[in-house]
Amino acid sequence: MKDKKLVVIQLSGGNDYLNCVIPYNNSNYIDNRPNVRINENEVIPIDSNIGLNPVMQPMKDLYDQNKVAILHGVGYPVPNRSHFRSMDIWHTAEPTKVGTEGWLGNAINQMYPKHDNVVAAVNFGAGLPRALVAHGAPVAAVTDLDSYGFLNHINEENNRLDALSAFKDMYAQAIGTGPVMDYLRQTGLDALKGADILSTVTSEYSSDIEYSMDNSFSKAMKGAAQVLQADIGTRICYTQHGSFDAHTNGIALQEGLLKHVMGGIRDFYDDMKAANKSDDVIMFVFSEFGRRVKDNGNGTDHGSGGVAFVIGDSVKGGQYSEYPSLKYEDLLEGDLRFNLDFRSVYSEILEDWLGVDAIPVVKGAYEKVGFLT
Amino acid sequence: MTTVDYSKDVSLLAHLLRRASFGPTPDEMDYAVEVGYDNILKEFLNPKEADLVPHDMIRRYHVAQSDLRNQGAAYWIYRMLMTKSPLREKMTLFWHRIFATGWAKLIQHRPILNQIDMFRTHGMGKFDDLLIELSKDPSMIMWLDNQDNHGHNINENYGREILELFSMGVGNYTEDDIKETARAFTGWRVVNPEYMSIKMRNNTARPYGYMSWQFEYDDEDHDKGLKTILGQTGNWNGEDAVRIICEQEGTAKYLARHLYHYFVEDELPVPQWPHEPPRNPEAIDLMVQSYFDNDHSIKAVLGTMFTADFFKDIPARYARIKSPAEMVVGALRLAGPIELPSMDLLAAEDACTNMGQALLNPPSVEGWQGGTEWVSTGAYVQRVNFVSKVLSDPDKIGLRNIIDKIKEKASSSNLTHTQLVDFCLDILGPLDVMDSTKSSLNKYISRYPDLSWSDKSGSDSFDEAVVSLIQLIVSSIEYQNA
Repeated sequence: MKDKKLVVIQLSGGNDYLNCVIPYNNSNYIDNRPNVRINENEVIPIDSNIGLNPVMQPMKDLYDQNKVAILHGVGYPVPNRSHFRSMDIWHTAEPTKVGTEGWLGNAINQMYPKHDNVVAAVNFGAGLPRALVAHGAPVAAVTDLDSYGFLNHINEENNRLDALSAFKDMYAQAIGTGPVMDYLRQTGLDALKGADILSTVTSEYSSDIEYSMDNSFSKAMKGAAQVLQADIGTRICYTQHGSFDAHTNGIALQEGLLKHVMGGIRDFYDDMKAANKSDDVIMFVFSEFGRRVKDNGNGTDHGSGGVAFVIGDSVKGGQYSEYPSLKYEDLLEGDLRFNLDFRSVYSEILEDWLGVDAIPVVKGAYEKVGFLT
Repeated sequence: MTTVDYSKDVSLLAHLLRRASFGPTPDEMDYAVEVGYDNILKEFLNPKEADLVPHDMIRRYHVAQSDLRNQGAAYWIYRMLMTKSPLREKMTLFWHRIFATGWAKLIQHRPILNQIDMFRTHGMGKFDDLLIELSKDPSMIMWLDNQDNHGHNINENYGREILELFSMGVGNYTEDDIKETARAFTGWRVVNPEYMSIKMRNNTARPYGYMSWQFEYDDEDHDKGLKTILGQTGNWNGEDAVRIICEQEGTAKYLARHLYHYFVEDELPVPQWPHEPPRNPEAIDLMVQSYFDNDHSIKAVLGTMFTADFFKDIPARYARIKSPAEMVVGALRLAGPIELPSMDLLAAEDACTNMGQALLNPPSVEGWQGGTEWVSTGAYVQRVNFVSKVLSDPDKIGLRNIIDKIKEKASSSNLTHTQLVDFCLDILGPLDVMDSTKSSLNKYISRYPDLSWSDKSGSDSFDEAVVSLIQLIVSSIEYQNA
């Protein structure tokens, strides 16, 4: 499974499940959403009860080709409605205590126990999500692939090479001066090595696919395509888009962002397909929680239970699990009850796609969902 | 009695300037040595009223700069570069990190810059006053939707975050406290928002900037029923909620831990605080005591902290990783003064963003965690590239000043390689480095065989050597820390 690649798309801020994958003729949906509701005539139906948000046609096209698994009611027991904490739970797969290790960081360490692949995972965007963090796991974080390189303001090549070699000398020697200094030292060295490798990626990329939208998400997805097509050993790409925190202006805010996400997903898929590499990559889309069933007048507050998607040629398209009940008596403090533990989803991705052991990551055995072919 | 020793201890003074300012420039250091630790701290804690050209004068005489005020982060960076009251500016950054508000949701920069101005005014005052100002701050009201928090239908966003993120942290309150606090803040809103947003979109009136939102209290929309907040029951309004919050031990502890994390030593990430004790519980207790002894004065807590041994002692030195803003502003201050705001500062704003701290546009309401989270391989590339580039031009005033000071310090018109390394480390701090770093620097500078400046060509080559060496020093592991 060494050639299998994962692209994680994090919808930050809490993507409203009800208006993303819509139970459009459910009377509880209609009653609870007097203001923040998508009308039945605008919904893109996928069956007689459920449809997609009007901006999600690109995903509908892929769904019709059986490339999209819709995972209903994803969550975890005792939901936490803090963005922070809930995202942390998803990142560390630790719902009951504070985890220190990211689920993908752990996977990277399993794949490369000697920490010798500095571009095993590439994050697109500023900073690093905790999902990718684990002791010793090197992760490259790229804001702009086109200008990625060290000390590139030094024009004279010999001077630059001298400075780079002095940099390396300085960092290589600084051993054993405490955990923080060691972390800085290793990060500096990994950055140097990763920059060398990644600097070759854009020049080798050629594609006929035009990315249709000009936004940070589209740029990140194009970057992921460039990195994955270059075969430099990258197994995981990660990016996030948001904020979906639609306490107000619920519909417009969510649709604007979903439009970006759809464009990026579709163009990335086509790009990988055109490069003949679409069999080896899946996209996993998630958010830290769904939103409250009842709207607040103009938006929605934090909720629990959400929807996730797995997309790609190696995915068995369809709907998995069930849409949680919207009946008042079935809700948990006004929110949807989860019926699919996200650790089941992780277990399948980890074991059946990335080929690593899931139990040390999710701390137990979870029944797999079955969305991979 | 003679002055106590620590007052003139250059390493300690440099430590103070790294924390309470943006890292020493040679001139700042000279001044600190002249007046001593206690006096410089007193100046920092009692900032001058205004420390730069007023906005209206900038608009009148430097019209282009009004546009910069629509690039909020660049404008703020300009203030950080210019300030003569660096601790006040560091505190605005501190509050922005905790009360993290993003302009993207507000569509315009002006109200959020007004929020930063408010931090400048109240950021070292009484914590109660700050929280009330925050609750009335139009950008916060829009950011956390208190605009939609009505007497008949609460929006609990602000009620939640004032407890979870802005005062005491998880574990000190219940879900009911959140709802009750939200009820207390019903009717706290922005004047005529629909009109304001139309006006804003139709704005053609640059350079006068966008409309400024104003706070108003709408008594008719306020829920006047009894509320129980943190065990106290009454007909509470927002001011009462703030009073009750500020009386809590949990609030004092949370504030103290944030200050410790920001000024003394990197703490664990905030989400772990409810589960893990502080690194230095005695330090937190001392600061909590100071908070209650001094009527919730933030300035008093800062004074307690900066004069305590736990701050001055060796283990606290270099025990924090510099934030992107500290990296960027520190380097620009070192490179030399900027006379006027200019659009060049957009590059500084971008640099902060690329290093992981998009000022005025935090990743979420939780702000930034700091510590090792500032450092990833991508951020590392950005840190090293930006700072070394800023310090690559020997004709920049600050660098020229550094070169001249090094020449003055030498007894003849040449230096040995080890002398030059020592002088540079000294003038950039002093910056303490590992022996291995020093030997790498020595090895590197030997690429310049001759370090004399008796003639013009020698002088140019000497300047080049100093500048290359400085670029490498600021790329070191040690320089990443404050």
